[in-house]
Amino acid sequence: MIKPKIQYTRVEPSNYGQKITAVLLIMVLIYICMSFWKGQIEWQYVSENLFTPTVLSGVWSMIIMTFLAMALGIILGVMAAVARMSDNRVLQSVSIFYVWLFRGTPALLQLLLWFNLALIFPHLSLFGLVEVRTVDVMTPFVAALLGLGVQQGAYTSEVVRAGILSIDKGQLEAAQSIGMTKFEAMVRIILPQAMRVIIPPIGNETIGMVKLTSLASVIQYSELLRSVEDVYYVNSRVIELLLVAAAWYMVVVTILSIGQYYVEKYFSRGWGADTAPQKQSKLTNAVAEGE
Amino acid sequence: MSVIISAEQINKHFDDLHVLKDVSLDVHEGEVICIIGPSGSGKSTFLRCINQLEVTTDGIIRVMGEIVGYREDGDKLHRLSDRKIAAQRSRVGMVFQRFNLFPHKTVLENILEGPVFVQKRNKEQVKKEALEILKKVGLSNKANSYPNSLSGGQQQRVAIARTLAMKPDAILFDEPTSALDPELVGEVLAVMKELANSGMTMIVVTHEIGFCREVADKVVFMESGEIVAVESPENMLTNPTHARLKEFVSAVL
Repeated sequence: MIKPKIQYTRVEPSNYGQKITAVLLIMVLIYICMSFWKGQIEWQYVSENLFTPTVLSGVWSMIIMTFLAMALGIILGVMAAVARMSDNRVLQSVSIFYVWLFRGTPALLQLLLWFNLALIFPHLSLFGLVEVRTVDVMTPFVAALLGLGVQQGAYTSEVVRAGILSIDKGQLEAAQSIGMTKFEAMVRIILPQAMRVIIPPIGNETIGMVKLTSLASVIQYSELLRSVEDVYYVNSRVIELLLVAAAWYMVVVTILSIGQYYVEKYFSRGWGADTAPQKQSKLTNAVAEGE
Repeated sequence: MSVIISAEQINKHFDDLHVLKDVSLDVHEGEVICIIGPSGSGKSTFLRCINQLEVTTDGIIRVMGEIVGYREDGDKLHRLSDRKIAAQRSRVGMVFQRFNLFPHKTVLENILEGPVFVQKRNKEQVKKEALEILKKVGLSNKANSYPNSLSGGQQQRVAIARTLAMKPDAILFDEPTSALDPELVGEVLAVMKELANSGMTMIVVTHEIGFCREVADKVVFMESGEIVAVESPENMLTNPTHARLKEFVSAVL
């Protein structure tokens, strides 16, 4: 015998708490917006200065510096991580020392040290062949690049090492069993898989680097913050130009966040989608025909 | 029949643990040796020593007459470079319990990696061979799939294909079906049977007594790091000479 089905009405809890908090938050937001609107901000200076050549060149320098410093940081970071994981005691020690040294002091201090390197090494020479004065080489650009890139490498190496450690030991053994040396296995098998783990924190650090470049303003590298400073020293529109800089930082960070999504997707291949990218479809067809 | 692999009184210690005790074994061309025994008896370690994933602490192993891992010079053994050890490893295939396919590469790329990158053989030629091998293991339609989209049994067959593509002198199987769902064991064993019948030299660490009986030329029983008995598969079941082997077999069956 079948029991007659009762039609229940399902009632969800009414989230008064959520609704009240939302209303409060919106009110706070409106208040802040109003303050900005009514405050001593001449908004036309903001819009006027958004696209001036000085500001745009600052934006460009910031992007270039972010890109180059991260590139240097990733190269040094991967090298340091691989050295740390190798069987070579000397390489291990060098790597540990490098991370210890460059994580140990503030980035701002390191920038100043690089910029003033001439006080310690007045001349730089290449095996006595070429000799140059350090002050000529250590321009604000070079000092900023080294300062930001080298300290970034120390952080990145720990991220890369965590990525390598996350890969199952069987992968190394399988690679070795088909005749790869440990180093080859690292480059071809372990690192590409570790990328899946490494990319999200690296993306995070790239975004951090965008803002870290502003430190380079203290050594006269004319990135974004320095550029707007140069403008407000002249026209005294401090808050307006700082808002211009803020807007540009937000734009660049937003674009990078979107880019990060696509890079992550690429390095996750094999974990989600079950077939290869389109480029291999030719072979699939060949196989299908062969059957 | 020439000897492909020979272990001469090898010992292996993990710190204070003596895991292999004077293990000696000759494997001839085309032979299929099954190694059985309780877990912790040193079966896998023995296999891993042959492929130098572990280094023996004493005694020598030869593959095709050549001492693995060392160069002989009078009464001295000089440790070989990483590169030379890698070259020796590439001549003996290994199939792992957990498959260990490269998850970021497709099935075909997994198979091509060794022959193309390590052995530097012509890619087009190898690709043809690889597709042939895939057909043999029944996975032609999976060439462009990623390993994680395959079942365990399919993954293990790809792992066997990856090893075969290297054209090894012998293949070592380390509990190849232990990580599989029971219903998937058969398809892997079938591929291994076919391989055995084609004359491949194989050492198989396994708990599949049925497979031993059907395919093995010799069954090696290990316990506490020692080879306790070497039997023909018929004797192993009907008339084991060693009491402990009898006990083990009846427990497993």
